[in-house]
Amino acid sequence: MKIRIKFRKFGVMRFIGHLDLMRYFQKAMRRAGIDIAYSEGFSPHQIMSFASPLGVGMASDGEYLDIEVHSSQSSRQSLAALNQAMVEGIEVIEYKRLPEGAKNAMSQVAAASYTVYFKQKEQNPFSLSVLSEALQGFYQDQAEILVTKQTKKSEKLMDLKPLIYQLQVVCVNDDAQNPGFYMKLSSGSAENIKPHLVLEAFFAYLSRSDAFPKKLYVVDPMDLQIHRQEVYAQGADGEFLPLGEVGEDIL
Amino acid sequence: MALQENHLALSDRILMRVEKPARYLGNEVNMVKKDPSQVELRAAMCFPDVYEIGMSHLGMQILYDLFNRRPDVYCERVFSPWPDLHAILKEQQLPLFTLETQSPVRAMDFLIITIQYEMCYTNILQVLDLSQIPLHASERSGWETPIVIGGGPCTYNPEPLADFFDLFYIGEGETQYDALFDLYRDCRRNGWSRADFLRAAAKLPGLYVPALYDVTYHQDGTIQSFSPKEEGIPAKIKKELVRELDQTSYPTHPLVPFIKVTQDRVVLEIQRGCIRGCRFCQAGMIYRPTRERSVSTLKEWAREMLESSGHEEISLSSLSSSDYSGLAELVSFLLKECRGKGINISLPSLRIDAFSLDVMRKVQDVKKSSLTFAPEAGSQRLRDVINKGLTEEAILKGAADAFAGGWQKVKLYFMLGLPTETEEDRREIPRLAEKIARCYYEIPKEQRNGKCQITISTSFFVPKPFTPFQWAQMYAPGEYLARAKDVNDEVKQQLNKKSLKYNWHEADVTVLEGVFARGDRRVARALERAYEKGCIFDAWSEFFDNETWMEAFAETGVSIDFYNTRSRALDELLPWDFIDCGVTKEFLRREWEQAKAGVVTPNCRAQCSGCGARQFEGGVCVENPN
Ligand code: SF4
Repeated sequence: MKIRIKFRKFGVMRFIGHLDLMRYFQKAMRRAGIDIAYSEGFSPHQIMSFASPLGVGMASDGEYLDIEVHSSQSSRQSLAALNQAMVEGIEVIEYKRLPEGAKNAMSQVAAASYTVYFKQKEQNPFSLSVLSEALQGFYQDQAEILVTKQTKKSEKLMDLKPLIYQLQVVCVNDDAQNPGFYMKLSSGSAENIKPHLVLEAFFAYLSRSDAFPKKLYVVDPMDLQIHRQEVYAQGADGEFLPLGEVGEDIL
Repeated sequence: MALQENHLALSDRILMRVEKPARYLGNEVNMVKKDPSQVELRAAMCFPDVYEIGMSHLGMQILYDLFNRRPDVYCERVFSPWPDLHAILKEQQLPLFTLETQSPVRAMDFLIITIQYEMCYTNILQVLDLSQIPLHASERSGWETPIVIGGGPCTYNPEPLADFFDLFYIGEGETQYDALFDLYRDCRRNGWSRADFLRAAAKLPGLYVPALYDVTYHQDGTIQSFSPKEEGIPAKIKKELVRELDQTSYPTHPLVPFIKVTQDRVVLEIQRGCIRGCRFCQAGMIYRPTRERSVSTLKEWAREMLESSGHEEISLSSLSSSDYSGLAELVSFLLKECRGKGINISLPSLRIDAFSLDVMRKVQDVKKSSLTFAPEAGSQRLRDVINKGLTEEAILKGAADAFAGGWQKVKLYFMLGLPTETEEDRREIPRLAEKIARCYYEIPKEQRNGKCQITISTSFFVPKPFTPFQWAQMYAPGEYLARAKDVNDEVKQQLNKKSLKYNWHEADVTVLEGVFARGDRRVARALERAYEKGCIFDAWSEFFDNETWMEAFAETGVSIDFYNTRSRALDELLPWDFIDCGVTKEFLRREWEQAKAGVVTPNCRAQCSGCGARQFEGGVCVENPN
């Protein structure tokens, strides 16, 4: 039976990289007594796969991993056992059975949403209205958003606009004094757009635009916190569904 | 949406700049959390090397667990920051911090440093320096700076570090720390001074306060006298030892690091000490007598540790696992316990014989794994000198059995520069490897699986205190490399040279290890100068800088030859003679003579040789009173 697990990653755990997080979950499965399946062979490993690696430094409310189990307790019991085995900074929030034949999380990923905000309000050079106006100019008003994307061998020019599904202002803790970004971006194996790339393009646009005095809106990327909100699969009608909605709670 | 608050000692900005930020975060599974305001005594336990090395050390986990069992004590951890963070802390004047509460180390009551090898000595100075604690114990007054304590095998000659420590704890940590903590608590409650505390601590068993002793020297540089400065301070410090290992506590909920550390597994200490008595081996002498843990205790701990850590591997720890009397029972238990759970079993330090081959076949992939032998010397003559009871016959028999069982890789470990070693002894090393290769090629071609791979590794021998070889002379770096060349030349003359591979170490580190292993208080100057000149992480070849070290010795006038190549008289007062490790100097002298005569000494189970450790009334000495 396949299980999809959704978890949050925050605080100190932002600095734990993807490979280490995988090792962490392997050990956590054992501590929680999850009846996970192993591969054959001399050094068997757990059957486990993650939806989409999260960069070091980022927080998330919507991380996913799939596991294969021989048997399972109810979702409620399994969540309790897993959270008992967690450290501060990882919280398991869903444990769902996947329908027979469901594709694994990684191959289902189609989009991901993020908020990006200033870690400290004092470092935020934008007012709500300035940022709204700037995003309008950058996203809605431009016909195309050209960026050069570095690949291993070459650079290629690409248009970001069709890959940005949503881009708007959001306020941290509803604080109008600290506006940030909300973005929903194409993700997964086809076109994987990282929030950094959008931010880079946005700040490049600002520095080109006469409407925004250059010196006022210089931002050090280190002052920004990127926070993944959700990872989505694409439904039959092209709509985006959170990955967790593919599965069902075990009662 | 909540802000990501950072309660860490390092800003997000620094954490994103350094390699492996997880080294500095704490928060691991099974980390002990306490409210510092609710304890009376705070300690930082330090392993002066990088996190991945320090977290792999069992002794530190044992003490961390033990100390934190006391409700009035909170013991946290600290490791050497990697050079990238070292530079940042220096530049920004940020104090070194503990992992648990991310508090400055200098705010602790105790800084307890475990000292496992000589090449971490500059890292000890690094930890003190970055903690903003004065390097010299004599510059620490009052209670503003922690009491700096050293423990671990290197404290069997603490003298090169004497200037930098307030206290040394000689022996196994389980026995006296409680008394020391009680004493500290009482001193603070009663408003005693730091000096009062140290004076009282010096009277506890196993504790050594270097500032309370005077050393004088003869004209020729050797030690003339070593004595307490005051009445009531003991002239001899006897090592501390746990008599009954089953009665100690054990970290059954071990810390589980996020990043891959060297020992990423459950470690089960099955026994302490070794019955063998190899004459070069310090551990084999200072941990006498050999004491075993009971199989039933170990079974219980193994199960609990696997459950609480989630590790996918369990390893047995001891100097010589094959000598553990309950090995067969324990291993079959583990095999049963781990089956189907994806848990590997690793069994280091096993003697290769029918039993171990059978076990190894069950726990590892024969094709991928290799067999390890440590004959330490190439010829039977020299193996008799060092009292390594491994015979050529046993090696060849073990190898032949293993080859028949499908193995094809063999690793051989040797030492060069052993007392009485001749060129002939060295040339015997590749010859032995050749004989092993021939065992392999005797198997009919259709039954074997390509070539065999025999790897020879040599390290250079460093004489250690409290071994029969403590009087032995060392050599200049050029001489060591010439010895490695003898081996290399001989490798090339072997028929099956294509199946043999030879690795040897650089000699420069050996020379430094020699100086600090047998040095006295005067070598501290060179150490301190080397640190000032930028030496840290000397155990890491990418950071070791021999040239700077040599400058440090030259500038401070410390003679390497005096400590390494000089011959020591048997009646010379050695810097560590004030320590009583149980084994008598008389026994060591006898063993040194036997070595030179090439006479072997039986192991403790075969026959007691009266080494002196019987005074502890434990372990093998009482199990086998003959
Ligand atoms: S006293 Fe005898 S049995 Fe005990 S450790 Fe020494 S040699 Fe071995």
